Parts: sequence; structure tokens; C-alpha cells
Amino acid sequence: MNTTEPLTPVRNNTTAWTLIFGAWLVASVATLGALFFGEVMQLPPCVLCWYQRIFMFPLVLILPIGLFPFDRNVVRYALPLAVIGCLFAVFHLLLIARVIPESIKPCTQGVPCSQTVIEWFGFVTIPLLSVLAFLTILALLVAAHLRSSK
Amino acid sequence: MKQKTLFIVALVGLLLVFIAGTLFYSTQKEKQATQMAEANRAALIRMHSPTLGRAEAPVVIVEFFDPACETCREFYPLVKQMMAANPDRIRLVLRYTPFHNGSDQVVAMLEAARKQDKFWPALEAILASQPDWVQHHTAQAPLVWKHLDGLGLNLEKMRADMTAPEIARVIAQDLDDARTLNVTKTPEFFVNGKPLPSFGYEQLSTLVEEALSSSQR
Repeated sequence: MNTTEPLTPVRNNTTAWTLIFGAWLVASVATLGALFFGEVMQLPPCVLCWYQRIFMFPLVLILPIGLFPFDRNVVRYALPLAVIGCLFAVFHLLLIARVIPESIKPCTQGVPCSQTVIEWFGFVTIPLLSVLAFLTILALLVAAHLRSSK
Repeated sequence: MKQKTLFIVALVGLLLVFIAGTLFYSTQKEKQATQMAEANRAALIRMHSPTLGRAEAPVVIVEFFDPACETCREFYPLVKQMMAANPDRIRLVLRYTPFHNGSDQVVAMLEAARKQDKFWPALEAILASQPDWVQHHTAQAPLVWKHLDGLGLNLEKMRADMTAPEIARVIAQDLDDARTLNVTKTPEFFVNGKPLPSFGYEQLSTLVEEALSSSQR
């Protein structure tokens, strides 16, 4: 009993590490994707896209800091970014799906947020990708929090 | 240690995919732009455009430009130098893309000056004084007038000519052709119908060199 006990937290921490690493992978793919749309394809980001970028980009830096050496507290630092970013992404998705009426859309000049610039397979839009990325990151972070030892 | 390796491999992998994607995308774009320019030869050169250089010059540079654009201002002497270095072998065709607010008024001034055969001196005066009349990315046409003094222009006649409907038509046609050719930024150059592979003076001079040497053969 005494010999097996210390092993369990270590294994749990390994699982938590992998989950946070997964969250970092998703954040990095989302960040590089956003940069590809903006800088390579030269699609101008709308105001809501900028807010989502503000909450996505820092995750790429914050999460690895919690990976080396492993620090379970990184979930606490990363979670607010993921939650707020997710809210923006959901709002954006509802806006382009016209669930939220045009009148309360927050951007009045520049690129309208309700404009769909990319539509793959008829339903994959940039805000949908953003919602999926933020939700995946949220799920992975929460799972890491539950798995990691106190 | 395995974790570190995993992280580094993932990081390098992601970056490589990004770089490969960028290269692939820009090659595709360049191909498309060349095809687009080839398919829209008519949209590239119109009879109404101001030109500089011998009409039969083997190399034709088409420049989509905005008098209020700073980079256009910087490129102007460079293009002139290129033409001076290859006398009678390069012709410059200017197309108007007044993307800045109020810039269409300045284009109308240029066209009015053209009626008095003073297009190029007017253009040079306007470009030289650009910092004075472009404020916060907006062209202030009324501030341009004083810089046209001393060119021997009849300013009264210019003011009347500026409102001519054919000038508005020329600008509309040029903007329409810019849309057809996917010109969204100024200056945009086409050398003998070929767009720049990417923006830059080096790229322009390489393209011109290529056109010059292929015309010699």
C-alpha cells in the first residue's frame, strides 16, 4: 500500500499533462489558422474576431509555461481566457446564424461581423471553428483540473 | 524527457505545416493572378490611360496607383529611374485606383491638367507635396491647388474641367478594371501583363529585367 500510493498522483499528473498539452495543441492550431486567414489569405479580421484572437493567442504561451515543469495551477490562469473567448465565439456564431438580430451587432464599421467570408462544406465557418477550438480547450482544461492531484 | 521531445516535435511540426501552407497558398495565388491577368488583357490597358515612353516600347509597365498613396509616391522615382536606364524600351501606363477618401478629386485634377498637356509635371508636383495634402489618410483636394502654382496651368479652366463626366467615367472604368484584376492595394504593377509575384521593388525590377532581356532575343 505504502509503495503504490505515491505512484497514483504521478500517473494522474501525467494524464493532466497530456490533457493540457492537448489544449496547447488546439490553441496553437487555432492561432496559426487565424494568422493564416489574416496574414496569408489577407482576410481582414472583424472586431469580434479580434476579441477571440485576444483570448486565444495568450494560451499558446501560458499553457507551455505550465507544462515545463508541470504546474496544475496553469488551468486556473488559462481558464478565464478560454471561458471569455468561448463566450465571444458563441456570440459570433449566433450572430452569423442570425439568432441574434443585426441591430445589436457591436461592429458598425470595417468588416461586418455578420459577413461570412469562408464556408467549407456549406457549414464550416471561421466562428464555428473558433467555438469548437474554445470548447475543446475548455473541456481539456477542466478534465486536467479534475485529474491532477491536489 | 519524453514530454519535452513530444512538445518540441509538435511545435516544429506545426510551424512546418504553417510554412508549407503559406508557400503552397502563395504559389497558387501567383498562378491565379497570372491567369487572371492573361484572361483579362483588355482590362489591363485602356485607350484613355495616361502613358509615358515610346508607344512601341517592348516592355509595358501598367501601374495601378493612387495619388494619395505613400508607397506610390516612393515608387514613382524608382520607376522613372528604371525608364531612364532603358531609354525607349519601357512604357508606363497609369491606371487610377483612388482608394483613399477624397483621392478621386485629386485624380480629377490630374485629368484636368492632362487636358492642358501638363499631366506629368502636375503629377510630380502633387506627389512631391503629398504629405501636405494627405491628412489622416484622407486626401484634401483643396490643399493641392497651391502646389500647382508655377506650372503654367490655367487653374480656372482646371476647376471647370474637373467636373467633366468623362473624367468620372475614366475613374469608374479604372476601378472596375482593378476589381476585375483583383487589384486591392496600391501600387500594383503588371509588367507585360504579368503581376508581381509578391510586392516589392526588387520583385518589380526583376520582372522588368526579365521582360527586357526576353524582348532582346
